[in-house]
Amino acid sequence: MIPAPFEYAAPTSVEEALGLMTEHGDEAKIMAGGQSLLPVLRMRLNAPEWVIDLSRIDTLRGVIDAGDAIEIGAMTTHHDVLHDPMVAEHALLITKAVEHLADAQIRHRGTFGGALAHADPAGDLGAPTLALGAEFVIQGPGGTRTVGAAEFFVDLFETAIGEDELLVAIRVPKHTGWGAHYEKFVRVAHQWPIVAVAATVQMNGDTIAEARIGLTNMGSTPMRASAVEEALRGAGPDEIRAAADLAADGTNPPSDLNGDADYRRHLATVLTRRAVQAAAKG
Amino acid sequence: MTVTEEPTTQDSGPVPEIGRDRRRKEDQRLITGRTKWTDNIVLPGMLHMAMVRSPFAHATITHIDTTEAKASPNVVAVYTGSDLDESAGVLINAWPITPDQVTPVHAPIPADRVTFAGEIVAVIVARSAAEARDAVELVDVDYDELPAAIDLREAAAASPENGGALAHPDLGTNTSAYWVFDSAAAGTGTDVEDAIAKARTDGVVVEREFRQQRMIPAFMEPRSVVVDPSGEQLTMWTSSQVPHIVRFALAATTGVPESKIRVIAPDVGGGFGGKLQVTPEEWIAWWVARQLHQPVKYTETRSESLMAGHHGRDQWQKLTLSAEKDGTVTGFKVELTADLGSYISLVGGGVPVLGAFMFNSIYKFPAYHFACQTVLTNKAWTDAYRGAGRPEATFGIERMMDELAVATGIEPMELRQKNWIKHEEFPFTTVAGLEYDSGNYEAATAEAMANFGYDELRAEQKQRREAGDPVQLGIGISTFTEMCGLAPSRVLGSLDYGAGGWEHASVRMLATGTVEVITGATAHGQGHATAFSQIVADRLGVPFEDVQVLHGDTAIASKGMDTYGSRSLVVGGEALVKAVDKVIAKAKPVAAHLLEASIDDISFKEGRFSVAGTDQGMSIQEIALATFAAHNLPDGMEPSLDADATFDPINFNYPHGTHLCAMEIDTETGQVTMRKYTCVDDVGTVINPLIVEGQVHGGLVQGIAQALFEEAVYDDAGTLVSGSFVDYLVPTAADLISFDVSHRSTPSLTNTLGTKGVGEAGTIASTPAVVNAVLDAVRHLGVEDIQMPCTPERVWKAIHKGSNRSGGGEGGTEPTTADAAPHFDPSEGVDR
Repeated sequence: MIPAPFEYAAPTSVEEALGLMTEHGDEAKIMAGGQSLLPVLRMRLNAPEWVIDLSRIDTLRGVIDAGDAIEIGAMTTHHDVLHDPMVAEHALLITKAVEHLADAQIRHRGTFGGALAHADPAGDLGAPTLALGAEFVIQGPGGTRTVGAAEFFVDLFETAIGEDELLVAIRVPKHTGWGAHYEKFVRVAHQWPIVAVAATVQMNGDTIAEARIGLTNMGSTPMRASAVEEALRGAGPDEIRAAADLAADGTNPPSDLNGDADYRRHLATVLTRRAVQAAAKG
Repeated sequence: MTVTEEPTTQDSGPVPEIGRDRRRKEDQRLITGRTKWTDNIVLPGMLHMAMVRSPFAHATITHIDTTEAKASPNVVAVYTGSDLDESAGVLINAWPITPDQVTPVHAPIPADRVTFAGEIVAVIVARSAAEARDAVELVDVDYDELPAAIDLREAAAASPENGGALAHPDLGTNTSAYWVFDSAAAGTGTDVEDAIAKARTDGVVVEREFRQQRMIPAFMEPRSVVVDPSGEQLTMWTSSQVPHIVRFALAATTGVPESKIRVIAPDVGGGFGGKLQVTPEEWIAWWVARQLHQPVKYTETRSESLMAGHHGRDQWQKLTLSAEKDGTVTGFKVELTADLGSYISLVGGGVPVLGAFMFNSIYKFPAYHFACQTVLTNKAWTDAYRGAGRPEATFGIERMMDELAVATGIEPMELRQKNWIKHEEFPFTTVAGLEYDSGNYEAATAEAMANFGYDELRAEQKQRREAGDPVQLGIGISTFTEMCGLAPSRVLGSLDYGAGGWEHASVRMLATGTVEVITGATAHGQGHATAFSQIVADRLGVPFEDVQVLHGDTAIASKGMDTYGSRSLVVGGEALVKAVDKVIAKAKPVAAHLLEASIDDISFKEGRFSVAGTDQGMSIQEIALATFAAHNLPDGMEPSLDADATFDPINFNYPHGTHLCAMEIDTETGQVTMRKYTCVDDVGTVINPLIVEGQVHGGLVQGIAQALFEEAVYDDAGTLVSGSFVDYLVPTAADLISFDVSHRSTPSLTNTLGTKGVGEAGTIASTPAVVNAVLDAVRHLGVEDIQMPCTPERVWKAIHKGSNRSGGGEGGTEPTTADAAPHFDPSEGVDR
C-alpha cells in the first residue's frame, strides 16, 4: 500500500493554496482530511504529482454565527461539527447525520468541507446540506462566489468547484427549533449507507408545517425528495406514510452487492417515513 | 467477563493454575505491536520484493517486457516464470484424496499461463519496498485471454465435449476427484437409497440444496516473509501457522537439505486457517534470496491478501434426508460440489473430506452416504478456514433438521432430542465410523434453553406473529459436535494425508530453577504461552511466571505439527504433560540421592520431593541446580533434567454444544438484527476459562459473519469484486451483541488432562443457528430458504417473493453480477 511518489505542499493561507493550484494545475490534488484521498493514493488508483495539504490553513476551521445562517469552515473536522452547540441549535439535522458518520477515528481526521467536495453520493453530508438549503462558499483566483446546494452537486464525485478553486465554507440557513433525524441503513456500522434519509421538519402542533428531505445514495448526487416535502406540508401523523411513499420518485439509485436499484427505491420510502416520524418528535 | 486476577498464592497453599482466569502473558506485546512481526524484521543489506499480478482470471502470457522495470532506480532484479529453474521448487498438495486425483502443477510463477486474477507473473527486487512497488507499474505483460471457469456448477459440468470452459485445458477436465463414503459399503450402516425409497412411500423425505459461499480468512496481519541465505542454515521468517510444514516442503521441492533449513514463524497475527499454507510468495522469496545471495523481504498489501491468499468454504450441498413420520431419521445422503480454485492447495481437497465424518453430527442415523466432487476453477485457491469441512457439515445437517421439523410438524428441539445419541449410549460408534468417547447433549441443551429463556422467547414470537408486528422474531437452534484435535496419525494415513498428527514437547529445567517449555504447536494468537505455562506450573509445582513457552522456530522447536484443527492443547498439551512427567521421573533419583533416602520413600507434590515420615525435602528448583552443578549425582546419572515427549492421539475428541439464537427481522426493510445468542459448549477440562471464553466469542463472530455478512464475490470475468473491506464486510463489535457464553466440562477420555478443542467450536456451531433463526422469523410468510449471507436485500426479497431457495429460482444463482461500491473510482480520487 505504497503510493506513487508525489511532491507535498502545506500552504498556510487560502491565497497560498490557490497559488500552488494555479502553478500545478491538474497535476495537483487537494488534501483536506485525507480520508478518501489517501486510500486512493495507496491503492494507486490515482497518482498526482503534487498533494496540497490544507490542514495548516487555520482560517478554514471553526463554526461562526453569520446572522440568519451559520458558517462552517471547510476544514472543520466532523468531530468538531458534531460537538458544536451552534450547529446543534440551528442545524440539528447536520448534528444527527455526523453522529453516525464513519467511526470516531475518521471523524477526528475527516473534514466537513472535504467530504462534501469529494461528492460521494453515498457520503452522509450531501443530503442534509441539500435539505437545509446550504450555500457553498467557493474561492478562486478572482475572488469568492457562492453556489446553492442544488447547483453544487453536479454528478458522481463532481461538484461546481472549478479546477482553480477551493471550497472554503458551507453556509447553512438557521433552522432553529426544527426537529431532525438522519435514518441511515447499513449492514455493518463502518460501511457507507446503502440508503439514508435526512429529514428536518417544523411542527405546528401535531401537524407538519414544513419539511425538508434529502436522500443519500439514491442517484449520482444527493437528492431532494421534493414530492414528499410537498405532500407533507400541513400533514398530520396519519398522512406521513402516504407522503413517504413518494420518496423514490425521480431517483436513479445504483445496484451493488448491498442491493439493487429496486430494493433501494423501496428502502427510500420506508426510511423516509421513519425519518419524518422521528424528526416530528423533535 | 471477569478479567481481574486473584493473587498467586493464598495462605492455604498454591491456587491451582488449571481452571484459573489468567490474562494472557503475550498480549501486551501483541496488542502494542512492539514485537517480532515478520514485517518488523530488518536485516543488513535486505532487499524488498513486489509482485506483478495478473488482472485476468485465465490467459496465456504471450510476452513480458521487463526492460523499463529493470532500469528503474534501485531495482536489482526482475524475474518472470521463465527465469525460474528447478531450485525454485513447486507448491505441493499434501492430501491427494484419491489415488487418481487430477492435480495441476503449481509453479511459484507460471511461465506461460495465468489461472486466476491475482496470480504472480513477475517479481521485482529492489533496495526499498517503495522502489520495488514503483517498478511494478513498468512491467509490460501481454495476455491472450482464455475462457475462464468461474461458476462452480458450470465448471463441474464442463468438458471438452460440451465446450465448457476448463480451468486447465491441458488436464481435459475440471473435476479433480470424486470421494465417496457409503455406510453400507463401509459396514457402518445400511443402504441410504433403500431408506430414501422407503420414506418416499411411507415417511418423509426432505431435499434441499444449500450454498456455502466463498469466504476470505481476513486475518489481521497480512502475510509476510523474510529470507536470509547467509550462514550455515538458510533462514526463513514467515507469517505462517505451519513453519514445520514449510520447512519440510522447502526441503522436498527446492533441493536444499532439511538440515540446512531453519524456518521461523515469529509472532503471527492471526490465521484462521489462512496461514495453513505453503505459498508462492514464500517460495519466490526463498529462490530470489538464493539467487542474489542477499536477504529479501516481501509483505503483501491488504488487497493482495484478499485476492491471492487462500479462500475458504465454497460448496454446493445437495442434501436428502429421509425419516419416518414420527421424525426418526432413517438416512442422510450428501452430494457436494467443492470449489478448489485454480490449484490444489496444501490441504485443498481434504477440507470437504473432513466434513464427511460430521454430517451425521450428534445423531444416530442408520444409513449415510457422502459423495464429493472437487472442482478446479479460475479463482483463488481454497483451503482450510476456521472449522474446515465441519462448519459446512454442521450447517447442512442443522438446517435439514429444521426443515424436517417443519415437514413433520415436530418442535425442532424435540426432533433433535429424538434422534441424538443419549448420554448413556457413549462411547458410540457413528454411521460415519468415528467413535465418540463422551458427550451429554441433554445436559448442555437443558442449560442452554434455561439460559436463553427459550419458552419466553417462543411466547413472544407467537405474540408478534399474531399481532402482525413489522419486526418478527425467530429462534434458531444448532446442536453440534465436531471432531477436533487433529489427529491420530493412523487415521490420517488411512485418508492418504501426507503427514502424521502427533505433537512434540520439550521441557528444560534451567539451573536457576526457571523452566523453558518448547512446543511444536506454533501459536498465532491462541494463547499457548499462557495456557501451557499454567499446565507446567501445576504439574511441576513452579510459579506460573517462571515458565517460558517457546515455539515457532524449527531450530528451537525442532519437531512439530503446528496449530490448526483445534489441536494444540489436546495433542500438544498432552505431549507437554508427558515431558513434565519425564522431568519429574529424572529428578526423583537425584532427590533420593541427595536426601540420602530410598527412592521408594520419595514423594513429589507441589514442586517438592519429600522423604516419607520426615520433614526433609528438596524443591524441584534445588534439584535443578544440583543437577546443573553435577557435583553429587547418583552413579551413571546424566546431568540433565530436560525431557522430550511426542504424543500421538488414539482418537479425535468431540466437543459439543447447544447454541440458540434469536433474530429480529424487520419485514419492511429485511434488516436482520441479533437479539440474543446463548451457547453452552462442553469443551472438557478448561485450563483457562478466560481464553476459552475469548475463543468462543471470536469463533461465534466468525460463524455469524458467514451467516449474515461476508462473501467473496467474483464477477463473470473472474475478477474479485469484494476485493477490499469496503465490499468484503467483516463485522466489528459495533455490529453484534454480547453473547451469553457458558461451558460444561465433561472430561474427554482421549487425553489425561481431559481437554477438548475449542478454537473452532463457535464458528462451527453458530452459522446454522443464525440462519435457522432468520428463517424461523419469516417462514410463516412463505420463506423456505435464504442464501448466505442473509443480507437485508435477500431477506426482504424472500419475504416479498415467497420462496428463495439456494438451489433454484430467483436468488439461487451465484452472485457474480453485482458491482462493487463506487468509492474508489480510479478517475475520481478527489478529496477537496
